[in-house]
Amino acid sequence: MANLATDFIGIKSPNPFWLASAPPTDKEYNVRRAYEAGWGGVVWKTLGAEGPPIVNVNGPRYGVIHGPDRRVMGLNNIELITDRPLEVNLREIKSVKRDYPDRALVISLMVPCDEESWKDILHRIEDTGADGVELNFGCPHGMAERGMGSAVGQVPEYIEMVTRWVKTHSRMPCIVKLTPNITDVRKPAEAAKRGGADAVSLINTINSITSVNLDAFCPEPMIDGMGTHGGYCGPAVKPIALNMVAEIARSPATRGLPISGIGGVTTWRDAAEFMALGAGSVQVCTAAMTYGFKVVQEMISGLSDYMDHKGFTSVADLVGRAVPKVTDWQYLNLNYTTKAVIDQGACIKCGRCFAACEDTSHQAIGVEPGRTYVVKDEECVACNLCIDVCPVDCITMKELPQGDIDPRTGRPVASYANWTTHPNNPMSRAAE
Amino acid sequence: MTNSQFTPGVVPGRLSHDSYCTNFSDVAPPLDAHQARVESDRCYFCHDAPCTEACPTSIDIPLFIRQIATGTPEAAALTILSQNILGGMCARVCPTENLCEGSCVRQTAEGKPVEIGALQRHATDTIMARQSHPFLRAAATGRTVAVVGAGPAGLACAHRLAMHGHDVVLHEARAKPGGLNEYGIASYKAVDGFAAREVAWLMQIGGIRLIDDWQLGRDGVLADLVGDYDAVFLGMGLSGVNALRLEGEDKRGVEPATGFIAELRQARDLAALPIGRDVVVIGGGMTAVDAAVQARLLGALNVSIVYRRARAEMPASAHEQEHALANGVRIIENAAPVAIHGNGAVREVEFAYTRRGALGLELTDQTFRLPADQVFKAIGQTLGPMPAEIALESGKIRTDALGRTSAAGVWAGGDCALGGDDLTVTAVAQGRDAAEDIHNFLMGA
Repeated sequence: MANLATDFIGIKSPNPFWLASAPPTDKEYNVRRAYEAGWGGVVWKTLGAEGPPIVNVNGPRYGVIHGPDRRVMGLNNIELITDRPLEVNLREIKSVKRDYPDRALVISLMVPCDEESWKDILHRIEDTGADGVELNFGCPHGMAERGMGSAVGQVPEYIEMVTRWVKTHSRMPCIVKLTPNITDVRKPAEAAKRGGADAVSLINTINSITSVNLDAFCPEPMIDGMGTHGGYCGPAVKPIALNMVAEIARSPATRGLPISGIGGVTTWRDAAEFMALGAGSVQVCTAAMTYGFKVVQEMISGLSDYMDHKGFTSVADLVGRAVPKVTDWQYLNLNYTTKAVIDQGACIKCGRCFAACEDTSHQAIGVEPGRTYVVKDEECVACNLCIDVCPVDCITMKELPQGDIDPRTGRPVASYANWTTHPNNPMSRAAE
Repeated sequence: MTNSQFTPGVVPGRLSHDSYCTNFSDVAPPLDAHQARVESDRCYFCHDAPCTEACPTSIDIPLFIRQIATGTPEAAALTILSQNILGGMCARVCPTENLCEGSCVRQTAEGKPVEIGALQRHATDTIMARQSHPFLRAAATGRTVAVVGAGPAGLACAHRLAMHGHDVVLHEARAKPGGLNEYGIASYKAVDGFAAREVAWLMQIGGIRLIDDWQLGRDGVLADLVGDYDAVFLGMGLSGVNALRLEGEDKRGVEPATGFIAELRQARDLAALPIGRDVVVIGGGMTAVDAAVQARLLGALNVSIVYRRARAEMPASAHEQEHALANGVRIIENAAPVAIHGNGAVREVEFAYTRRGALGLELTDQTFRLPADQVFKAIGQTLGPMPAEIALESGKIRTDALGRTSAAGVWAGGDCALGGDDLTVTAVAQGRDAAEDIHNFLMGA
């Protein structure tokens, strides 16, 4: 069994699976149960400044997108940061950390944008023995209206300023949690790095309205006949999160900055994908909120099994392994040619590939007697839609070797060439 | 003295009162809303779906399932009923494993088709519970059509004609409309008087007048119908029963399975219905299974279906056969009756094993006897007396692709007409299509 021990910016955990700062990590009771279930680390639900605690709504806090069989595909919340007194949280953090010294315990923070507020809270966190802090610059609902959360995360200068305060007033490792509600995630990441952040974590939730009640004509979740936007997470956001992680991992300005990956991690495979794109640890929330803490057992066994098969002895062997393969469109090989191939023995003759191709793509699938669907190589542009919609995964892409004639173009498959040198590109560099 | 399962002879009341209620309850209880949603999620929404191709009434099955999945079961019901006005009954009695579900791609993929029949019932039950009829009649055309037989074919034909604005006079030989839905299928497939409720719901379209206890040939002749009405549709089904043509067939206790099923369906008190201790059903179709299983449910101790060919060749579907076996019916294959023994009443049936010979099925000299105090014949039904002007073929009314018979102005469909399987759903399709052709004919299209 592969060793999953993780050292993320000096914070050690027996595995890379951390619970994200969220409702599951709001109090000692849950966090102890999480550690008992096997979670390698926990980011404690965001603490605010001392004073009257935050209040939450007393109606529904979550909205949902369901897949088939009411599978939770996306979750949206309008819950704010912890609504329990600061002293209670600090006391519980200290107690838990004392009992679970081998697990990572990071404290998420969100206080007003002034140096004294940050200085004060940091000193109190240090007393708990926690391993580090995560700066919540991400929550897009509620707190943002008060100048915190994503209101900070959307202004790189603020990120840099606050991060610098944190690094000035504390020796604890500092993770800056980024909001996806921006146009270019590299800018806030660069700001965090300039401010001295040890790492970034992303993504926080995406601003969203998950559904509209068509009787009340009101967004859901509905609070006394009104609704508001909330933060979206769960499996549906994973592709967005993966891209943002990859952009930071491969950008020259932030390359090498440790990343804790967040966004729809539901299985070991999701986690491995984040790690391959550069995440040194992953954080999970929706999967735990859907299935309970036990899901981590599958993540641990699955990642371990995968690493064994690959011959990886440490998670470091996996982290960042796919980053060199992320490129810009302009560098993709335009001469690489594949054709869809339908395995007739495995085909169940549903015809979805045909409907998709005929109605919405390139009319490259024909129907022969007996509901036999056959790819027309002379029309197939290898768009992959047939594979994507096939319910039994019986279609594959076959690569045409260099020199073979592509029946669609009538020309032989040529060697690597990309857009930068393509004759149709007005900006192409003249071959020298 | 009370009777039990062990009482010899043909006697009523073999079971406790509660057993009758349990035994004759809904054989396939309806899906609730959650089950329907889970099941509807399984549909792949196939292109030119094989299930629709397999449906004799061509219901757009992927569409209606998607309508259920998206929370609009009444829209789903309209998709069904616009093709098959008896979609509620078909959801209960169709041999779906041979039709839509048998061709479902998930049957190919995982051996478990989408439960199309159950979903169809969910949709049609939902709309029928609304207590209003969803279809409207077109403007009155002033034309009137005679429909003979208020079974599935006649009802489908009458409804479609009424929708097009024609008036219909529906002539039914029995006391109640519904045909085999009312008299000819197992009770547990359509509980709570569903057949009668469905007919009443269908008739809400308006413009259909029912004349019951009216038999063609006895109470009127075809020539008069042709003279009195603008068109005639014949859908009287098959009223005769094939005979075994055996010595002893006239003994007491030997009767057509269809008669037994009809009597059971109309019985007010199942405990009062006599049933044999040892029952033998001869035949291999749905009627044989319905009779055999219901005999068991009435308390018969030993029930055997004896079929002259192999089980794989039985017209009853594999699902029906499994149902019989699960209810304790014994299926004996490759045996044909050769004699019926008894003194006044049947006591035994003698069978010979069969084999496939050069000239077809032949009897071997290996014989056996089954004790029997009741024998149900289920070896097929035949057309009753027909007017001379109607040409027959293979013992059924010959029709063209549009349902027209050899007589001008006379159409036919359902079991009495040649072509298609003798299924409720096929009868509905033929009745509906004949109505469309009658409509075109009447409107001069």
